[in-house]
Amino acid sequence: MGLFIIRRLTSAVLVMFAISVLVFLIFFATPGVDPAARIAGRSATPQIVAQIRHEFGLDRALPIRYGLMMDHLFIKQDLSSYVNIGDRVVPQIISAAPVTLSLVLGAAVIWLLVGVAGGVVAAANRGKFIDPLIMFFGIAAISVPAYWLGEVVNLITQSKLHSSIFSWVPSSGFVSLSANPGQWALHLLFPWLTLAALYAGIYARVLRAELVNALNEDYVRTARAKGLSERRILLRHALRCSLISIVSLFGLDFGALIGGAALLTEVVFGLPGVGQLTYTSLQNLDLPVIMGCVMYGAFFVVLANAVVDVLYAFLDPRVRLA
Amino acid sequence: MAGLAVFLLVVTICLLAPVYAHDIAHVNPFASNLQGTIVLHGKVVQLLQQNTQGLGLGVTPIGPTWNISHYFLGADNQGRDVFARLLYGGRSSLLIGAASALICCLAATILGLAAGYFGGPIDWVLSRIFDIIWAFPIYLLAISLSVVLLTSGLQIGFIHIGPGSLMLPILIIAAVFVPYVARPLRGIVLSLREREFIQAAIGSGASDYRILMKEILPNAAPTIIVFLPLMVAFNMLTESALSFLSIGVQPPAASWGTIINDGLGLLYTRPVVAIAPGLMIVVTAVALNILGDGARDAFDPKAKLRGSI
Repeated sequence: MGLFIIRRLTSAVLVMFAISVLVFLIFFATPGVDPAARIAGRSATPQIVAQIRHEFGLDRALPIRYGLMMDHLFIKQDLSSYVNIGDRVVPQIISAAPVTLSLVLGAAVIWLLVGVAGGVVAAANRGKFIDPLIMFFGIAAISVPAYWLGEVVNLITQSKLHSSIFSWVPSSGFVSLSANPGQWALHLLFPWLTLAALYAGIYARVLRAELVNALNEDYVRTARAKGLSERRILLRHALRCSLISIVSLFGLDFGALIGGAALLTEVVFGLPGVGQLTYTSLQNLDLPVIMGCVMYGAFFVVLANAVVDVLYAFLDPRVRLA
Repeated sequence: MAGLAVFLLVVTICLLAPVYAHDIAHVNPFASNLQGTIVLHGKVVQLLQQNTQGLGLGVTPIGPTWNISHYFLGADNQGRDVFARLLYGGRSSLLIGAASALICCLAATILGLAAGYFGGPIDWVLSRIFDIIWAFPIYLLAISLSVVLLTSGLQIGFIHIGPGSLMLPILIIAAVFVPYVARPLRGIVLSLREREFIQAAIGSGASDYRILMKEILPNAAPTIIVFLPLMVAFNMLTESALSFLSIGVQPPAASWGTIINDGLGLLYTRPVVAIAPGLMIVVTAVALNILGDGARDAFDPKAKLRGSI
């Protein structure tokens, strides 16, 4: 187990390094415009461009430039915006992180519950009317753009119906958990549901396919021969094996959402998380902030995946030894 | 089959966009038309109506006329015909979805086959590249590439792609999704390589090229064909998200994502501007997903016996 963890963390560090190089190359070495002008933003004076050229060592060799950027991002943490001059990037990301975390955690609970329930009900009733119905809802949920769904939700809850049925829905925004837990949940309820829809659809479909496969396995035939009830076979035998693929899927999706994939939901509901930060910096073409968000997001994803893999190995000895 | 029919219907309608704009509606969907008027119920009406409530400042575009020959779905805040833009937007969205899916599947096939078949250092290098792109959140990768390329365009040697070109979103989306197709393909090729008929082909002295094209590709083809409609749906959704973030399709061109973005400011007064393109995306993506499921069942009869839709 110890060896596995070391191996997995080493590879995570290597992947992080590779990603940082990739991000660096995208922002500093793509052919086209002068990167200093790009970083400075639209309305930069020549002095600022010259300052950036010096600060990021743009007249020096590529590896030195890479080193300087990493220094600004992670060691000195003094990378700052040139659009809103003086705004440090790293503290902004850190203060936005709890919002994103609240959004993704709540949504994850909902999509796991709904997705697993949908998959189990569909598999238990395969061939009957309810199975294709649930699967169609799954397809529909996968096919809806999240930001559009969010807008429709806003339209329903914040427009005409806001004075009657939905008068309890607060206007968009965020209240921190420590300030007021009730308001925190109320403000996040519809963002949670919106974000969860896509993943609930995916998980229900994946789990149903896994369950139907599992029900054709030998161990299920053995369980049937022992005279166990269908319910017990489905929940205790087939589901336990099928959940493995859900767990690994969950690790990837959760990491990706924290790392920035929840951006669209945050923007639509006006939640000031990391995604919103990326979005506003996109509107201003504020490259240092975008770079910081991308780098921290990608690192978090890699870290989350490594943690999931370790947990996975803890649960399933076969992975550990492979 | 219903999926295929709906998809083809959407494609046909969108391809007819110029016919609609020129011959039925007589509008230019790309030029703003702030002073335009139309005749509605025998009266001449401004496309952008002065607000009467509150201070009476600002304007609201007219809502749907439900008359197919002019401003069927009303106008947007530039006085442009929303329905005509919807059709033109569909052309960009579908083109980007389909072209990037084709490019992505082609690249993934070449790389996946090479990695799985040749093994060794080629496999090691390609697999690591896949791992890295895989670990990178799709949206973040697409955003970084878009934001850098959209300001300046892409210059590789003598090939220059301008900043407003549709090729940029196509290439970016194709690139970020390559590992999602290439990794499963590599796995399939790895297991095919151990099969007797491949060993027999190697033993009989067939060239690598011949084995790849005649033996492995036909056996990997069903997987690629099943992936294709799903990739078109996925890429279309990604395009709309990027366009919504204003780093996808650039004005004056339109796509469903950019129209939703335009409609954001009008959400509470003229919701149809944002709702209609979203519905088009949903219908198209559902059709493609059902088509993909159908294709999977056609190649894997066991899946059908298991009763999936």
